Amino acid sequence: MTDKTAITLTINGKDHAISVEPRRTLADAIREDCGQTGTHIGCEHGVCGACTVIVDDAPVRSCLMFAVQAEGKQIRTVEGLADGDKLHPMQQAFMDNHGLQCGFCTPGFLMLAVGVLEREPDISDEALIDVLSSNLCRCTGYQNIIKSVRAAAQEMRK
Amino acid sequence: MKPAPFVRHVPRTLDEALATLAEVASEDGRILAGGQSLVPIMAFRLAKPTHLVDINEVEGLDKLVDDGKTLTIGARVHHAAFHKPVTANPLGALLAYVARHIAHYPIRMRGTFCGSLAHADPSSEWCLTAATLDAVMVAKSVKGAREIKASDFFDGIMSTNLKEDELLAEVRLPLLPTDGKFGFYEFNRRAGDFAMSASLVTYRLDGGRIVDAHVGLGGAEASPRRIPDAEAELNGKAPADAAFRAAGEAASTAIEPLEDHQTDAEYRRDLVKVVVRRALEHSLT
Amino acid sequence: MSAHTKGSGDDGMKWVGRSIRRLEDPALVQGRGRFTADLPAAHWVRFVRSPNAAGKIKSITAPDGAMVITAADIEGVKKITPMLHKFNYKPVGQPILAEGEVRFVGEAVAAVVAATEEDAEDIADLVEIDIEDAAALVDGRAAVAEGAPQLHAGIPGNVIVKAEVKTPGFDDVWASAAKIVRCDARSNRQNATPMEARAAHAAYDAATGRITLHCTTQMPHLVRTAIADCLGMPESDLRVIAPDVGGGFGQKMSLCVEYVLIAWLARHLKSSVAWTEDRRENLIASFHSRDQYITLEGAFDTNAKLLALRADVLANTGAYSCFPTTCGMEPLMAMAEMPGPYDVQQYECLARAVVTNTCTMGAYRGVSRPSITFTLERLMDKAAKAFAIDPLDIRRKNLITQFPYKSAMGLEYDEASYRETMETAVEAINVPAFRARQQLARDKGEYLGIGFATFSERTGYGSPAFAARGMAITPGWETVHITVDPSGFVEARIGSSPHGQGLRTTLAQIIAEEIGVPPQMIKVVHGDTDTAPYGWGTFASRSLVISGGATLIAARKIRAKLLKIAGHMLEAAETDIVLEDGKAKVAGTDREVTVAAMAREAYTQTHRFKGEIEPGLTESGTYDPPGTFSNACHVAIVRLDAETGHVKVERYLVAEDAGRIINPMIADGQVHGGVAQGIGNALLEEIIYDESGAILTANLADFMPPTAHEIPPIELHHMETPSTQSITKAKGLGEGGTIGPPAAVVNAINDALTPFNVEIDTIPATPQRIRALLRNAERAS
Repeated sequence: MTDKTAITLTINGKDHAISVEPRRTLADAIREDCGQTGTHIGCEHGVCGACTVIVDDAPVRSCLMFAVQAEGKQIRTVEGLADGDKLHPMQQAFMDNHGLQCGFCTPGFLMLAVGVLEREPDISDEALIDVLSSNLCRCTGYQNIIKSVRAAAQEMRK
Repeated sequence: MKPAPFVRHVPRTLDEALATLAEVASEDGRILAGGQSLVPIMAFRLAKPTHLVDINEVEGLDKLVDDGKTLTIGARVHHAAFHKPVTANPLGALLAYVARHIAHYPIRMRGTFCGSLAHADPSSEWCLTAATLDAVMVAKSVKGAREIKASDFFDGIMSTNLKEDELLAEVRLPLLPTDGKFGFYEFNRRAGDFAMSASLVTYRLDGGRIVDAHVGLGGAEASPRRIPDAEAELNGKAPADAAFRAAGEAASTAIEPLEDHQTDAEYRRDLVKVVVRRALEHSLT
Repeated sequence: MSAHTKGSGDDGMKWVGRSIRRLEDPALVQGRGRFTADLPAAHWVRFVRSPNAAGKIKSITAPDGAMVITAADIEGVKKITPMLHKFNYKPVGQPILAEGEVRFVGEAVAAVVAATEEDAEDIADLVEIDIEDAAALVDGRAAVAEGAPQLHAGIPGNVIVKAEVKTPGFDDVWASAAKIVRCDARSNRQNATPMEARAAHAAYDAATGRITLHCTTQMPHLVRTAIADCLGMPESDLRVIAPDVGGGFGQKMSLCVEYVLIAWLARHLKSSVAWTEDRRENLIASFHSRDQYITLEGAFDTNAKLLALRADVLANTGAYSCFPTTCGMEPLMAMAEMPGPYDVQQYECLARAVVTNTCTMGAYRGVSRPSITFTLERLMDKAAKAFAIDPLDIRRKNLITQFPYKSAMGLEYDEASYRETMETAVEAINVPAFRARQQLARDKGEYLGIGFATFSERTGYGSPAFAARGMAITPGWETVHITVDPSGFVEARIGSSPHGQGLRTTLAQIIAEEIGVPPQMIKVVHGDTDTAPYGWGTFASRSLVISGGATLIAARKIRAKLLKIAGHMLEAAETDIVLEDGKAKVAGTDREVTVAAMAREAYTQTHRFKGEIEPGLTESGTYDPPGTFSNACHVAIVRLDAETGHVKVERYLVAEDAGRIINPMIADGQVHGGVAQGIGNALLEEIIYDESGAILTANLADFMPPTAHEIPPIELHHMETPSTQSITKAKGLGEGGTIGPPAAVVNAINDALTPFNVEIDTIPATPQRIRALLRNAERAS
C-alpha cells in the first residue's frame, strides 16, 4: 500500500475529487471512487476493450492507464453519451439493431465506436471493421454490432 | 489483477526525469510512457516496479522531426501519430503501413514508438522496423547521451542493452532514398495479435536490379534483425519471384527459431519463408 | 408430411413473430446495468490458488495479522458433491478450499480477506503454500492407460462415469456391412469465456440474520439450495440474486466453491464481502469443457445407407464433478445424441468420463453436441469419399424424414426439417458456382473449401428427460406467476434466469399476444430467489420453450379472467369480447374498458362480481415438456493458405428451424453469437496444458476468442416447423449456433485439402496443425 494522492477526475463534464494510490487504474477509479459503474472490466490486461473510455478525444483502455495520469483530462464514459433523455445516435442504433445481448461489452464498444467516428467520421467500412475488432464480444458474434455502428455512423455524419 | 504498489514520479523536464531515474533504477524503477505493454505485465505481477517515472509530462520528448536525412522520433510519440504519413519520403508511407498492424486502435492512441523498442518484444513491429532500417537509438542518462545502433540494441526476448538508468529518449530512422521501395508482411492468428513472424524489406532498383536490400525479420527469433543471407539473394537480382523465393529460403535457414507450445521450429521456419517472400511481393504494389 | 413455413409467417399475430426492440436495452446502453462487481463491499477476497497440479499440502503460511481462511477454518462446511444414480457413477466431493491435497493448478487453497482488492492481492502474494509435488495426470487417455495412478480413492481406474449401450442385433448388422468407415476425432479443451468473469457479493443483515448473495449465475435457485445445504443453514435465510449477468454460456450453471466461501464469510464476518474473479483465474480455474476423444465408426451398405454406428467417447472431466449435473453431462449426452439427425437403428456406444489433474468440466453452449456433430459429420464426409459420392447425397440418403422418429437410444425426434434445411442451404450457397470458383483457385495454387453440417439440437426438455440421466437433482419444469396490478401494469415472475437471451422481451410478447396489453406495460422479473418462483435457471436452450410455455399457460388464465371481468363490466358475452391495445372491446361496438379499469375492479370493487370471480388478478403456470428438436444445416466456405496453414472463413450460411419464432431479431442474435463461438471452437480456442498440469493459455492473448475480423457476415435462412412438443410451438435455439461450425468449417478445410490427400480431425484446426500435415505430405511425396 502506498500513500494516496488527492486528485480530481473530470468525467462527463463533472469533477470528482478522490484520493487514490498511484497504482489505482483509471478503470477502477471511474467505477469505484467515482461511482460510475457503466464502464466494465473484462480482462485487466488490455485485450478485451470492455473498459474503453474516451480521454481527451481518444478512445483508450482505462485498465491500462493509472487514475493519477488522467487528472486534468476530459474523460467521457457511457453515462455521458446521452443528452438527458435523448440517447446518442450510437446508443439508439445499438437498440434498433440488436447490437447487444448481455450488455457487458456494450459500453466499451459504444465508447470505441463514438471515439473513433468523432475522430474519423469518413472512415472506410473496412477500417471500421478493423476498429471493431479491437474489442471482444461473446454474445453477438459481432454481426449486429457492425450493423449498429454503420447505422450510427450515417446518423453522425448528418 | 491489480499491480503491486509503486511510487509515481512526474518530472517536467528531461533532466528531472533522468535524475529521478538514476535514483530509482536500482530499486526496479522504470519509465512509464504509453503503458500499453508495461501495465499488463504489472497487472499479472510479472513486473513489480517500486517506482515509475512517468514521462508523459516531460517537455520536448514529443519530438517528431524530419531533417531531410533522418526522422527523429521522441519518447512520447504515439503509434497513432504515424497513421498518416509523417513525411513525404517513402519512410512516411512505410511507417503508416506498418502502424496499421500494431495491436488495435485504442492501444495505438497511447502506446509509444520508443516504448515498444525499450520493451523489446520479439514480435514488435517497431522493433523490426528499427532493426531493418538500421535505426540509431539515443539513450540518455545523468551521465550523458549515447547512441546505440539497432544491431547492438536488442539483446534477446524483452531485453535491450539500455542500462537501467537510461531513458530511450529518441530514435533516429534514416529516411529512405526517394526512389526507395518497401514491403511488409506479418502473419498472425487474429487481427491485432502478436506477429508469429513478420518481415520488413526495403531496397532500391538500379537498372532494374535490386540494390541495397534490407531484409528484416521479427517474431521469429529472440530479437529482430536484418538477415544478410536473404539480402545476398536479392542484391543484383531482378525483383521477381525467383529472387524472392530464394530470399525467403535463405532467411528460413538462417534463423535460430523461437519455439513455444504451439509453434515449433519447423513451423516457424515455414512462416519465415512465407513472410519474407510476401513482404517482397508487397514491395511491388 | 409436415408443413414448414419459410421465415416468420404472419399468421395474424400482433406481437409474437415481431422483431420489437428489447425491453432490456435502454438501461444497458446507458451503462445502468447492475452487475455483481458493481456492488461495494466492506471486505474483498483474493483466492490463493495452487501452483501445482497434484500433491500434498504440507503447510500454508500467512503473513502476521492477515486474515487468511483455509480448509481448517471451514470445517463443517460440506463439500460440493453432485450425485448421479446411474452409469456406474463414483461420487466425488469437492472441498470448498483444498483439504490436504491439491488436484489441479488453480485450485483454491486459501482465501485472503482484506479491505480492498489491492490489499487482498498484496497479502495473497505473501502467502506461502508448501506442496509436496506429485506427478500429474493431464491427458484423458493417459488417465485410463495401464499403470496410471489412481487420483481419487473411490474412483478406480480414474473412470468416474461409465455407460455402455448396444442395441440387440447390432453384431449381425455390423458384420453385414459393405463398408466400415472410421473417424478418430479430437476435441480440445474449451473455456466458455463470458465477458463478465465470475463474481459474488454476500451481505449479512443483522436484523434478520439473513444473507443476501449477489452472484453472476445462470441458476439462482439452485445456488441457494446448494449453498444453504453446504453451509447447513435454512434455505429461507439465504437470498440469492442474479443481477445483470454478463454472459454465461453454461460456465455459470455449475456451483463453484468460491460462491460458497463468500456466503460463509458473510456469515462469519457478519458483514459484506465480495470477490471478483480476474480473467486469468477464469481461464484456469472456473470450468472447462469438451476435452474429448471420440472414435466413431459407421457401417454402411452398398448404397451408402448407414446401418449402424459404434462410438467410443472419452471425456476428460477434470479433477472434480460439476454440480448439479455431474461430469456425466458430457459423455452421457454424447452417447444419447450421437446418431444425430440420421436414420440409424443399430448403435453401440461406450461413454466414459475420466478424472485428471485439470480444471473441472462444466457445460459450454452445446455441451457435447458440437463435438459429436463434428465427429459424425466428419464421418459422413469420409464415407462419401469412400463411396465416391457427393457429401450431400450421402446425407440425403440418411437424414431422418419421417416423424416422429424414435432413435436407437429411445429419444423421440419430433416434426422437423432436416432435409429441407439442408436443401435450402444448398440452394442458397450455390454449390456448382463454388466448385467452379474452387477449380479456378486451385489452378492458381489457392485453396478454397466448402463444408456442410446437418444436425439436430435437443431443446426445451423438462424433468422426464433429465430424469433419464439419474441425477439426484432433476431439473426441468418452470413456473411463471403473472400479476396485473391495480394500475393495469403486468408483472411476470419467472424461475428462468436469462443473461442476454432477451427473455424480458420475448415473454412479454407472448403475454401481450394473449391479453392485448403492449409489451411496454409488461415487466418480466427474474433472478431474485425472494421473488422469483423456484426454477432451474437458463441453460440447455430451455427458457423460451419452458418458461415460455409456463408464461403462455399463466397468460391464458389471465386472459380468461379478464374476459370474465370484461363480460361483467361491459355486460356482454365473453365470446363477443376482444382484448387488444390494453382494452377489452365488444366486437362491432364502441363499448370498451381498459385493462387498468378491469384490474382496479378486480382488486377494489370485487363485491360487484357477486362471488363469481375471485378477487385479484394473479395466475400461475407450470410447464414440464418432454423436449423438442430444432435442426439446422450450416455451410462454411473457407480459404486455406497452404503455406501458413491459416484458414479464413469467407462465407458462413445457416438454414435453421426452431419452430415458431417469437422475436426474429433476437433469434437471429442467438444464432450469430453461437456461430461466432463455434468458429472460435473450430479454429482458435484451446486451453492448453503442459505435462506438469500448468496452463499455457492463461490470458486473452494466448487463449484466442475470435474478433470481428474472424467472423464473416453470417447468412441466415429460416424455416418454421411448429413444435408439436411445445405449447408455444417454439423450439429452443440458444445453442444451435455453436453446434454446426466445427463440423462445417473442418469439413470445408478437408475439402480444401483434397489435392494434398491429408485430413484433419482435430479442433481447433490451427495453422500449426494444418501446416504440419501439409509438410509431412510434401515430404512423403
